[in-house]
Amino acid sequence: MSARVGIVVFPGSNCEQDCEKVFRDLGAEPMMVWHAEDALPDVDIVVLPGGFAHGDYLRTGALARFSPIMSAVQKHSDAGGLTIGICNGFQVLCEAGMLPGALRKNAGLKFLCKWVDLTVDNADTPFTSRAEPGRVIRIPINHFEGNWYCEPAVLDDLKANGQIVLRYADNPNGSLDSVAGLANENFTVFGLMPHPERACESILGSEDGALILGSMLDHLTAKAGV
Amino acid sequence: MTTTASLHRELGLTDDEFEQIRDRLGREPSYTELAMFSVMWSEHCSYKSSRVHLKKLPTEGPNILVGPGEGAGIIEVAPGVAVAWKAESHNHPSFVEPFNGAATGVGGIVRDILSMGARPIALMDPLRFGSLDDARTRYLVDGVVHGISSYGNSIGVPTVGGEAVFEECYAENPLVNVACLGVIEDKLMHGRAEGPGNIAILIGSRTGRDGIGGASVLASAEFDETSEEKRPSVQVGDPFSEKLLIEACLELISSGLLVGLQDLGAGGISCPTSEMTSKAGTGMRVDIDHVHRREPGMEPFEVMISESQERMLAVVEPARRDEVLEVCARWGIDANVIGEVISSDRLEIVSEGEVVADVPAAALAEEGPIYDRPLARPGWIDEVQSKLPTTTPPASLADAFMRVLSSPNIASKRWIWEQYDHMIFLGTLQGPGGDAAVIRLPDSDVRVAITTDGPGRYCYLDPYEGARLAVAEAARNIACVGAKPLAITNCLNLGNPEKEDVMWQFSEVIRGMGDACTALATPVTGGNVSFYNETKGRAIYPTPVIGMLGAFAPEAEVRGLGFIGEGDVIVLVGETDPSDLGGSEYSKVIHAEVVGTPPKLDLEAEKALLAFLAGANATIRSAHDLSAGGLAVALAEAALAGGVGFALEVDDLDHLALFSESPSRAVVTCAAAGEAAIFAAAERAGVVARRIGVVGGPNMRFGAFETALDEARSTYEGALSESLSSSIK
Amino acid sequence: MAFTASVNVMLKEGIADPQGQTIERALPALGFTGVEEVRVGKRIRLTVDAPSEEEARARVEQMCERLLSNPVIESYEVTLER
Repeated sequence: MSARVGIVVFPGSNCEQDCEKVFRDLGAEPMMVWHAEDALPDVDIVVLPGGFAHGDYLRTGALARFSPIMSAVQKHSDAGGLTIGICNGFQVLCEAGMLPGALRKNAGLKFLCKWVDLTVDNADTPFTSRAEPGRVIRIPINHFEGNWYCEPAVLDDLKANGQIVLRYADNPNGSLDSVAGLANENFTVFGLMPHPERACESILGSEDGALILGSMLDHLTAKAGV
Repeated sequence: MTTTASLHRELGLTDDEFEQIRDRLGREPSYTELAMFSVMWSEHCSYKSSRVHLKKLPTEGPNILVGPGEGAGIIEVAPGVAVAWKAESHNHPSFVEPFNGAATGVGGIVRDILSMGARPIALMDPLRFGSLDDARTRYLVDGVVHGISSYGNSIGVPTVGGEAVFEECYAENPLVNVACLGVIEDKLMHGRAEGPGNIAILIGSRTGRDGIGGASVLASAEFDETSEEKRPSVQVGDPFSEKLLIEACLELISSGLLVGLQDLGAGGISCPTSEMTSKAGTGMRVDIDHVHRREPGMEPFEVMISESQERMLAVVEPARRDEVLEVCARWGIDANVIGEVISSDRLEIVSEGEVVADVPAAALAEEGPIYDRPLARPGWIDEVQSKLPTTTPPASLADAFMRVLSSPNIASKRWIWEQYDHMIFLGTLQGPGGDAAVIRLPDSDVRVAITTDGPGRYCYLDPYEGARLAVAEAARNIACVGAKPLAITNCLNLGNPEKEDVMWQFSEVIRGMGDACTALATPVTGGNVSFYNETKGRAIYPTPVIGMLGAFAPEAEVRGLGFIGEGDVIVLVGETDPSDLGGSEYSKVIHAEVVGTPPKLDLEAEKALLAFLAGANATIRSAHDLSAGGLAVALAEAALAGGVGFALEVDDLDHLALFSESPSRAVVTCAAAGEAAIFAAAERAGVVARRIGVVGGPNMRFGAFETALDEARSTYEGALSESLSSSIK
Repeated sequence: MAFTASVNVMLKEGIADPQGQTIERALPALGFTGVEEVRVGKRIRLTVDAPSEEEARARVEQMCERLLSNPVIESYEVTLER
């Protein structure tokens, strides 16, 4: 039975179609979930895609976290369901307090769309199990506010707990400790600035994104005992 | 409110035009009517100075489903698959306020594409500025790029290519042209208000005072010392609203809820209300009390000519009204019924119960004055053409090469395009930095190629030849990536058409475009004319920016320009004329000259090259056209893109052969085993081909000199960012 | 009663402010020397209905805590006028 993936669409999200295509190609069953709904359909995975939810007004992700669907996303997570926030989705998760820290403007004050190398710091998560620790993967970034920050004391805890999952090999935006992606303490919520859905086809530049998205599907299969 | 004698002049209308309006109406026009005429009869909206010449262009062809005259041209790129393709200019607003000028330029062209029922899927930005030595230019570049980035990225449409050209003539008249590609997902829409009894619904952002008089004030007049004061006329964009508008409109279209659709741009509400009815032979009664507004106390004329962004006008059957409003409400955008289609041919505007305008729709939309402006070949052209470009060899060929490579026109534009999302939709098979962008259509195997070219220097030296070269170069770029050129859109950017030499340049550009498009079978599907790109009497080079669209045969492979493998054979295809330096990058950089005549183009030779590239597609590993900077730059670009050097085997390439810009040439590579097939293909196509070297090694070995690839890379990649990073906002 | 509130939201001390730094670097080139510690924030103005100034302030501060400011990286200051 294929995994059911709910992709939340906020007004201004724009990467949802790409996410849907990629999950379908990976054999899952993706579906769009409108932000104004207050319940999720029966899904195994929740995706918060990239884009500019609510125009990024006030702060990126600040308004989206109050969308009715977000309390359902929290419940899904509390019940052990997997959630991945990509780029804008990561920003929403941080604003919603489902992940620590906040995303600031890139240090270079320019929007950046480019391929980057990431190191997998923790391959023992439902999001990176298809990779090995230390593996370098190639995935593109596309953001103006990808500069992750948290209080230094919090960073120490996160590192100790293995929650820093992906780091930039060559920090493009000033992120503290070159953090590109991190998980919550239960490893059920994962946020990353790079776009794995843009790296699932070799003619587009890389298939490494499938390592991340595919890991999530593997996790479900394992849970289902298939 | 009655009009006064001088009021029409303030609105940008001539005395003659005012007389024509009075005659047509049979009475004095009301203030609102005069304002509507002032925008609809402006140069930007009515094309009054250009129509006489534009109609000479070839516009028909077997792939053309919709030609000029609608929101965008529609071209069939594969059986049953159609795309929309159009370019627009937003030059004057971008000089006044670069961020918003450029941003709203993107917004406008996207809505043109949307109005045809197409989902916008790619953007290109051909840009032209003055010299980067000038702080004001750096400020403009920064603002324009930031504006395009901010708007395009936010609405989720990738910007997949473009150009950045730096030439003094554009210093106070930057050219911000934007092209957009869309795919017809479902139904092709037309901008016609058919069916008396149908209703008109205004969808999108609230109407404010943005850009009041933008079309008439900004785009139809030169700049002078008072240009700063024109700042309030500039429209401010909201890409979030545009994104919602795109999704709502596409849903309305695929649900079959619309009879007609048109975007609002220059001219505001006056434009679709008059054009949609005029095309359908109907009329409309509009009650502007229902126009949702951002500001209180707006006069009727302000409502009618405001250029507030992110608005569309839909014509809908009354029975479907509620469904339309529901779709819009769900997407969170405003929609209001503002009018009704009527069977008379008049446009009636009602405000607070009173008729404030009542004119024949066609008078606004189609009966604008048509000027056959006087034209005369200017004396200075002979003088410029008679000077020959300096041909004495440079003291150091290696130095000359590095100077050309690091010239802003040649150097890497990565600083610009890394600010653009060029990947969304997962369809960008080849993005910025190549000869053309290659897009795979959504949920499809169909691939298209798009590119823009506009060699202003060539057109300055000879507008006819320059325009031919522009079309040829664009076709060549499409063919190099492996596609077949099908059709063009264009932005024609020139100075003041009331001057005889500018009008002569325009007519020559049209003549050249027409000849080349006919010979290459790439008809014109529509485009844009931007006149009055002059400041204090100094005009830009006549700059026709050609946007060429091509399609891939199902079996054709996409080719890049970068060298691929050590040992690959480098073949130069096409004839080099060492005297083709007129208007070249080499002449400009090394000798500070723009003199002589442009490179000589033989369209038959160009066609032969296109045929070769198609015929040899399977054997070619990489292909790159030769243009600015000639062979030396083409080889360098191929090496840098591929990350591998080369060694030339021939020793007869002097500076003239290396930097001449003869057209109809390409540098291709193939595996050693494919060499015979390449030469056979060349013979079949009737082109000259010459093996000149081999790919490999860490150096660019030209023979007469050599440069380490890494050193060239840091120069090539660093030139632009060094200039621009020192910019001050 | 209607109160007009002005909320200034600034990045917390210690958080890098590249916008502020860029401006600080640009000012001397325009002839303004002796300028330091440029920081860029945002100002939100709103009208709120409340029975008293204390209540109005409390409501606005709640808005800041929940939405207008991000406590991880920002601090805020509320000014009220009648």
